[in-house]
Amino acid sequence: MSAVMITRKVRKWEKLPGKNTFCCDGRVMMARQKGVFYLTLFLIIGTCSLFFAFECPYLAVHLSPAIPVFAILLFFFVMAMLLRTSFSDPGVLPRALPEEATFIEMEIEAANGNVPAGQRPPPRIRNVQINNQIVKLKYCYTCKIFRPPRASHCSICDNCVDRFDHHCPWVGNCVGKRNYRYFYLFTLSLSLLTIYIFTFNIVHVVMRSVDNGFLNTLKETPGTVLEVLVCFFTLWSVVGLTGFHTYLISLNQTTNEDIKGSWSGKNRVQNPYSHKNIIKNCCEVLCGPIYPSVLDRRGLMQEDSPVSATSAAPSSSSISNPVPQTMHAVLCLQKTTAALIPNEHTPEDAKPSVAASAEKSPSPKDGDPPAPKVPPLASPETDVETSIVKDKTH
Amino acid sequence: PRSFHNLQELRHSASLANKVFIQRDYSEGTTCKFQTKFPSELESRIERTLFEDTVKTLNSYYAEAEKIGGQSYLEGCLACATAYLIFLCMETRYEKVLKKIAKYIQEQNEKIYAPRGLLITDPIERGMRVIEISIYEDRGSSGSSSGSSSVSGSTAR
Repeated sequence: MSAVMITRKVRKWEKLPGKNTFCCDGRVMMARQKGVFYLTLFLIIGTCSLFFAFECPYLAVHLSPAIPVFAILLFFFVMAMLLRTSFSDPGVLPRALPEEATFIEMEIEAANGNVPAGQRPPPRIRNVQINNQIVKLKYCYTCKIFRPPRASHCSICDNCVDRFDHHCPWVGNCVGKRNYRYFYLFTLSLSLLTIYIFTFNIVHVVMRSVDNGFLNTLKETPGTVLEVLVCFFTLWSVVGLTGFHTYLISLNQTTNEDIKGSWSGKNRVQNPYSHKNIIKNCCEVLCGPIYPSVLDRRGLMQEDSPVSATSAAPSSSSISNPVPQTMHAVLCLQKTTAALIPNEHTPEDAKPSVAASAEKSPSPKDGDPPAPKVPPLASPETDVETSIVKDKTH
Repeated sequence: PRSFHNLQELRHSASLANKVFIQRDYSEGTTCKFQTKFPSELESRIERTLFEDTVKTLNSYYAEAEKIGGQSYLEGCLACATAYLIFLCMETRYEKVLKKIAKYIQEQNEKIYAPRGLLITDPIERGMRVIEISIYEDRGSSGSSSGSSSVSGSTAR
């Protein structure tokens, strides 16, 4: 062998399969297409700026200074919720490593028995009983796992997401278990903000028209027209969306389940996750535990890259025995101090990396680093058959 | 099978023979819980009661983390009131429990599993989908299983 292998440390997010984009060295995680997200930002920031510039000075003086103050607080809350929804991990399930994938395949073959040649094997389904209802778990050919209940594969992001709700282009991310409550609070607070701005626009125009006349008012504050237009169209969509999600939360259903009609109809299973009590359902979704991300985006791993052929060199140690990660602490788990510095972007996602580094440090510090665990068959393109089946099952 | 004295010795003198994956138990919903069914591959390696104790303790930790009650409401409402910025300085309850779990698993590995040539991987490293138990054989011995292909008719459902 004449190639020299150089091992370098990379962050795990650089090697994650799936079509996400990462920013801030793995702290921020979004979908690839972000155009509509920028539009959302522009609309919110633009409309609020116009409100603060044109209406607020007048209203603060003539009505109450509390009006702009409350508007600012509401605006910051909306932005915080939007950024948290957009930047956080929605609950992506990591793909199965080769050994786990093989184990599952063997179980499937054992369960199916011998299929006569020429016959198509039965679909890969596992039945589980949840609260005395039979729920079918589907096998994901891309991720090579049986999807947990309520998980679904997002074709846009190419990931299985736990408690998948929908992929929202407005926030530029999937909405799933981990960020659903932020998404709901975003739509709720945005509805309030839109109603607030709309109302005070009307109040402002009325008050000013009484003094100056209607046309003069519009000339003095041209922003008002724009704001009213944006708010009017936003109201219908966002308030409607908030109402829809309130309905879903009270029934403990996801948008995905609602669209597919998983729990509707007489012959179908009733929703086994619902507590049959609106308050309990709301509490579980909105006040439930804050789930950690299981994607270790900022963890370090070894990567081999061949360098120009000069002299023979032994292959790097990372192709040796694949001993599990918990045994190895030293090289890949040396978190840089940068992880501990709170960053100004996503506060939420810096925390799991700190917790992860803290939880791994007690492990014994022993030598060899593990092999970089990137499943070789992660992309369906390498396997024509599974990609065809995947299209059918999705 | 030889008994290994500690994790270091395990790594130096053993080779990975097989891996067993303990699956999730969804009978109570989507809360994190693992099956306590004893896999046949471990029959000769560890006592059933020890294994079940480990899984049951892990299940109780996860139940504690995901419990919906007074404390989780308080945490949720407080966090919401601060637009979730409080998590810049505070750890969530789940993260605290995850640390406890990591410590427990390491303890179990050191005291019970490594001496028997086994190793538990923290489920969080496998997306909370499975508890991966690695089975090691002494490099010197001929080994009872020459890789995962020898496992057949494994954990039937």
